[in-house]
Order: sequence, then structure tokens, then C-alpha cells
Amino acid sequence: MDFVPHTRKDIEGMLKEVGVNSLDDLFRDIPDNIKIKGGLKIPASLDEKSVSDLVGGLSKKNVNSKQYVSFLGGGCYNHFIPSAVAHLVYRSEFYTAYTPYQPEMSQGILQAIFEFQTYMARLTGMDLANASMYCGASALAEAMMMAKNHTNRKKIVISKAVNPEYRQVVQTYATANELEVVEIKVGNDLATDFSEAVDDKTACVIVQYPNFFGTIEDLEKISALAHSKGAVAIASVQEMYSLGMLRPPGELGMDIAACEAQSFGNPISFGGPHLGVIACKTDLMRRIPGRLVGKTTDSEGKEGYILTLQAREQHIRREKASSNICSNEALCALAATIHLSMLGKSGLQKASEICAKNATYAKKRFEGLKLHLLNQNIYNEFCVEIPNADKVFEKLVEKKFIPGIKLWKYYPEMKNGLLISFTEMNTKKEMDEFFSALEGSL
Amino acid sequence: MKTIFENGGEGRAAVQFSDDQYPTEAPKIEDRFRRKNLKIPEVSEIEVVRHYTTLSKRNYGVDLGFYPLGSCTMKYNPKVNEDMAKLEGFTNIHPMQPEELSQGALQMLFELQEMMKEITGFDAFSLQPAAGAHGELVGVMMIKAYFQKHDKKRKKILIPDSAHGTNPASVTLCGLETQEVKSDGNGNVDLNDLRQKMNDETAGLMLTNPNTLGLFDQNIIEICKIVHEKGGLVYCDGANLNAMVGVTKPRDAGFDIMHVNFHKTFSTPHGCGGPGAGGVGVVGKLASFLPKPMVNQTNGMYHLDYNIPDSIGKVKSYYGNFGVLVKAYTYIRALGPDGLKRVGQNAVLNANYMRVKLMKHFDLPYKRICQHEFVISDRNMPNGVTTMDLAKRLLDYGYHSPTIYFPLIVHGAIMIEPTETETRETMDSFIETMLKILQEAQTTPELVKGAPHTLPVKRLDGVKAAREPVLTAR
Repeated sequence: MDFVPHTRKDIEGMLKEVGVNSLDDLFRDIPDNIKIKGGLKIPASLDEKSVSDLVGGLSKKNVNSKQYVSFLGGGCYNHFIPSAVAHLVYRSEFYTAYTPYQPEMSQGILQAIFEFQTYMARLTGMDLANASMYCGASALAEAMMMAKNHTNRKKIVISKAVNPEYRQVVQTYATANELEVVEIKVGNDLATDFSEAVDDKTACVIVQYPNFFGTIEDLEKISALAHSKGAVAIASVQEMYSLGMLRPPGELGMDIAACEAQSFGNPISFGGPHLGVIACKTDLMRRIPGRLVGKTTDSEGKEGYILTLQAREQHIRREKASSNICSNEALCALAATIHLSMLGKSGLQKASEICAKNATYAKKRFEGLKLHLLNQNIYNEFCVEIPNADKVFEKLVEKKFIPGIKLWKYYPEMKNGLLISFTEMNTKKEMDEFFSALEGSL
Repeated sequence: MKTIFENGGEGRAAVQFSDDQYPTEAPKIEDRFRRKNLKIPEVSEIEVVRHYTTLSKRNYGVDLGFYPLGSCTMKYNPKVNEDMAKLEGFTNIHPMQPEELSQGALQMLFELQEMMKEITGFDAFSLQPAAGAHGELVGVMMIKAYFQKHDKKRKKILIPDSAHGTNPASVTLCGLETQEVKSDGNGNVDLNDLRQKMNDETAGLMLTNPNTLGLFDQNIIEICKIVHEKGGLVYCDGANLNAMVGVTKPRDAGFDIMHVNFHKTFSTPHGCGGPGAGGVGVVGKLASFLPKPMVNQTNGMYHLDYNIPDSIGKVKSYYGNFGVLVKAYTYIRALGPDGLKRVGQNAVLNANYMRVKLMKHFDLPYKRICQHEFVISDRNMPNGVTTMDLAKRLLDYGYHSPTIYFPLIVHGAIMIEPTETETRETMDSFIETMLKILQEAQTTPELVKGAPHTLPVKRLDGVKAAREPVLTAR
């Protein structure tokens, strides 16, 4: 099947108008010896029914979170998405549109993104937020670049309790820019102790909030330390539901919140598309990468929205741009905006509280089994040590539980450590089932 | 129109959670960590639904009409692709769940890697970048890493004057320098200028082919040869792959690296600016520099392969924009080799059809057979009517405008890309409208200069927006 509407007659008629004899004549600028002969060697075409069966079959070869009870988090969180979100996001005026380069014809998405920016700024306690980035990890790497350009310094101080996936991305961008990355170990309660690490060569201090292990880091102390040396303080927030309960980074002195907002309105989808976003204080406004929507007026004084501060961007500034980003994750931002509107103040507070309550309950249950918790000051996830964790993990998977993330894969010293995460998708009943399965697997 | 923040009333909520399914004990979080205020609107479900439905009506997508936005390949987005990406077995899977539990996802990624190798001709293909510009970044990082290993003094990248802005921006983001190469009178790269600028400090050339004028460079083999003979690498910006898909493989022209925009050639929707997906193909000698992980297969089991010795690392968390890749996979499997060839052929046919019809009335600076798009200038427009005016007037007639003022080497550029999914009748109506606006420019120029007249707002003040930035609701 294909989606070309032309009949043979249409094609012949159009070729005549163009003044050539065949479709091949349209490709006369391509040397003959590099033209494909005998067709591409990929599987033959399929009709719609067959392709649905084929792809549907692949989807069934995966185990999804409705089949197994999962306590996986660590940067991707399974939250309840109300039906209205997909119904609205999949209005094709939204999903089949391009970047709003013609603002008069794109007021719908421009206003929605303006609302998104507002939500993100308010949640993080910052002055402004951009219209989205590829993912939380690339947002963090670009936040680091903002700090580098802002301070003209080349040393990056980052906590080892930042998601390992994110640290790898930060390292990639840093290597390309010849920046030095210093990783800081965790101490008491798996919180980061930056005290010796920050000096007057430090461009930025990067900390995750709550951190990868689930610990709520003391941002007030960290931002004060960064500022005392003239460095930019960056918080990576990956579970945005936490901000329904926890003080936001902006209120705690942080300069930039580089976030992953997948939790709002976007399914986990094997890790993408997700929703990166950078929020910051006003003094960094002109360094922020990516699209920004601003409010303005039309020629008759009526309010409207438009892409703004484009002098930062690649299509205007080319090699002097603040970033090369062009496409972003606009539709994911729309989903987040609608989901947040659905939740509202009470819904977000409630859901946020449930995540924390579930974790509180689980902590008790682990302690009841005499298992050692590695951290206490947490929001919705924490680390636990389970003797022979690898074997126990396998037994639990056989019983259709995915108990968490194996920490030793990323931190070899954390042998037998599991990172276990809770959202409002986990009920008490399924947690109880999990703990009896765990008890039987130890 | 009011924002969502001006709607609703205290105590309203569209989502509720029943307490009885959850534990009751309150979490012990110290007061100093607790949030004191949260300024989020309180609205009911019907208010949310009406608000965003109304906003959708103030937007315009391919499903509503013709969208000839050059270089953006606004083709029809098949509905079946969306349904496939929404399947529970894809949306509700976690990237860190055990590989044995994600075999379908890994198989899909592996097969897509393999098909992309065949379509582009490259030896290895990564699906990790989240967008075209992200793919470019990967490409330039790989060029840099390659020369860090082999020839450290190469730090310059040549870029033609017709290039997308993302090309030079990607180079800067990798700490390399750009140098511009001129185009010649036929819209090709100026070979003499290229020869002169290519030296032992040049890491390579980034070239969009077909270029942003919609022209396939007639000297492509020679260009790659010049760069290779001086020790450089040639990067292909694959934004315009739609013109060649199924007709020629970029690798065969001599390119070493290429990024692909799945949201262009492979029909995944643009979603108001994203999410996209941007794969990167490379020749064998660069395969060890690709981002990690790649997806591999041993004994019928699919797995993530982190063993990539010179890898630039990761550029995105996890394994790429998976949900977008499901759509691209579905599309390629549906079309197969013949369908993909029909894409390339008819994209080029449609563009040439529009070109010959419009060149009778508008100035066409490069008079050659074009590929998937072509660029006209504002030279023949009367009474001081500009490209911007024409673009805005098209909106009144229910069309999205072409790409305007790009490429920079054409005065008042109007870049038109119809794509292969449009009918002749749609293109004829659009052409008629273009001629009608040209006539309006003669007889009632003020009408065109004041456009748009039929949309929720008139022309917006961009200068004011930038001078007094208002980026959030009060």
C-alpha cells in the first residue's frame, strides 16, 4: 500500500505538462551508476490489515505494565492519564501541524505552549520555561551549555546521584566541548556532599531533585555553595509529580531546572518520546535554548501569541545560536498541559501525596522483612538491599512482578541494591501481593 | 481568548482518586522540604475539553488542507501508524525492564536499523537521535571524535551558503568552526571554491542533497571526491531524502554520514514541532563511533549492545523516540520497496508540475528540473507586495504558506514542497490561488498587504514580543 493518489493517467498528464517523457527523466541530474537497480531489498509491501497484524504482533512480544506489576521508575514514571488527554492531543489540527511559523494560523498551539511554559515555570518556581527539549537528559546537557556560556568556565560538577543515563548524555556534550566533568560521590542517606568540590573554575553544579536514589537533596545548601563560587546551580527534576509536594528548585535558590515532564500526559513508551524542558531565572533568559512563545498584540491591538526571542535560534543566528535545536517535543508538551489542567491543584496534590504514601507504606513492609533500606529522606522511590538480589529478582519476574531497577548495573559497589519506585498506579492490594511474593522469594 | 489559568473556580477538579485503594499513613517529609503554595488552575473536565477543543480550531494541520512548507515534507500521516504507536505493548513498556520482556520492541528497532541501512546504503545506522538537528549533532560529534583519533588538526567544517541554520549551529555546539562555501550559477556547490577551501585543517563538508533550492547537485560524485582526496569526510543533511527515497542511496554518491528525519520522509506527524526522530547512518570506518547502545541479535534474541569502542556516548536518555519509530517502521513495512520508490518519484513529479505552472508567472531563479521542491523569488511581485504579504494572503484562502525567506541566497524566497500525497486538483487550486493573489497585488495591493483578514488575529507584532517578553501568564 502507499499514499500516492495519482492514477497512471494523472501521472501521464502531469509528465506532459512538465515536458518530459517518463518519471525517470525527472532524475537526470542523478548519475546513472548510483541509481537503485532492481529495487530496495526490504520486505514487500503490506495492506493495512496485514501491517496492523504484523506490528500488533510485535507489540504483543513485550510485557507491559498492565500484565506485570511494575515498580520501575528511575526517570520514567507510570502515571494515570485520563482519557480526555489523548482525545484532545489527537485532534489532527494539532498532531498534523508543523512548528507554528505562521502564528495567525497557529494560535491554538501557541496559546497551549504559552500555558505549558506557565505551568512549568510555576511548578519549578522559576521565572520562565521554554517550549520543550528532546528529553530530560538532553535538557540537562543543554542547561550545562547555558552555564558554560554564562560563566565562561569549563568545569562541570555533577552528583553521582544523577540518573546514570543523564550523566552519560552530559558527558557526551561535555566531551564535544572539551569540558571537564567531575562526579561527586554520595554520602549520608545517599545525598550528595559537594562541599570540597566547587571552586572558582566551576561553571555549574548539577544535582538531581529528588536524586536518582530517591533522596530529597538539600537544594538550599547546594545553591548557596554554587553561588559562593560564582557557579550556576542546576537541578534535574525527573519526577515532576514530586513538585506537587516538595518545595520547587526556584524557591531554593537554583538558577535552572532542567526537567523531564513525561510524568504528565505521556506514556513511558520504552523511553521516548518524552518531554524535556528547561526553566530558569530571568537573568538566563537570553541563553535558554529552543522555542519560546511570547504574548503580543496584532495590528489592531488584539492579544495573540508568537514564537519570540528568535535571535537566540539557529535559523536566525546560525553558528552563533544558543543551540542547534529545531524540532522539539511540542505535542508531548500539549499532552502535559492538558493532563495538568485535568489534574488541577487538588488532583496534583492528591496524586503527589499518594505516590509518597505508597513509598512510605513500602518502606515499612521492607523493614518488616528485615531488609536494609539505604535511604530514608525520600519522596516516591528509595533503595533497598536484598541478599542475592539477582536471584530474587528472577523469581519475582516469574511471578509477574518487576521489582525495580538493578542498581549494580550502574553502581558496581551497590551489589544487591534495588531502586524501587511508586506512583498512584500501584494500589495497596498489589503492593501487598508483591510483598507476599517477595517474602516467598527471599 | 482566555488562558486556562483564567478558567475554573476553587475546589473544582477533573481527576479524582478514591482513597480506599491506597495506604493511609502520611509520608514523613520534613516541613522545610514541603511546598507551601501551588498556583495551578482548578477546572472541571468539560472546561478542559472545551478549552483545548477551541484551541485546536485555531490551528491548522495537514488533515485540513495543503501545507506546501518547503524542506518540511508535510505529507499525509497515515492513521494506521498512530494506532500502532498507541498499542499498550508499546506505550506501557519501561526502557529498563529486562530485555527478555522487551523482545518485540527490540526486534522492531533492529529491523528498522536494518531497513534504514538498505534504504540509505550505509553500513550501520543508529536510531537514537530525537530529531534531525539532534542527528546532525551526532554526525558532527562523530566527525570530531574520528579526527581526535586520527588527525587532530582538522577542526573546520565547510558549509554551503544555502544550508539550513541547524548545520552551522551543530558545528558550534561541538566546538568546531564553520567556513562557508559558495553556490555556483546553476545552484550547485562552486567546485573551485570548494577546492580552494578544502585543506588539511578541514574535517569535512556538510551538504544538503538535494539542496535547499530543491536541486540535486550535478557534481555530487566530484564533490565527495574532492573532500575525500584531501582527507575529509562528507556529511549529508538528509532533510530532503524524500526526493531520492527508492531512487538512489546517498551512500552511493560518496557520503560518509547522513541523518534522516523520520518525521519528514517516513510520514510520522510533526505534532506542531515535534516529537520527531532522527536516525544517523555511517560508513564502516565510522561505525565504532556511533552512539550507544545499538540493537543487536544473537541466536534469535535481541539485545542492547553497549560494546561500541569509540562511541561518542549517549545523546539522549534510553534508545531514541521509540513511539515515533514505531510509526516509521509501520510506514516502511506498509510501503515496501515499490511504495517507497513511488514516494520519491511522485514527490518529484508533483514539485515539477507546480514549478512549470508557477514559473510562467513568478521568477524562478534556477531553471532546472527540480527534485521534491523548488524556490521562486519575489522579483515579479508588483506594488511593493512582499513574500510575507503573499504568505499571509494564502492563509486567508485556507492554505498554509510555503517556507519563506529561505534559502538566504534567493531574494524573498518562496520554497514550495507539495509532497507525493497531494492530488493534481489540490495543486491546481493552489496554483490558481497564487495567480489570484498576484492579480490582487496588481489591482488591490492594500488587500494583500493587510492580510490575513479571516483568522482569529491579524499580523502579530514580533518586535514587541521580543522587546517586552511576556513568556508566562500572570
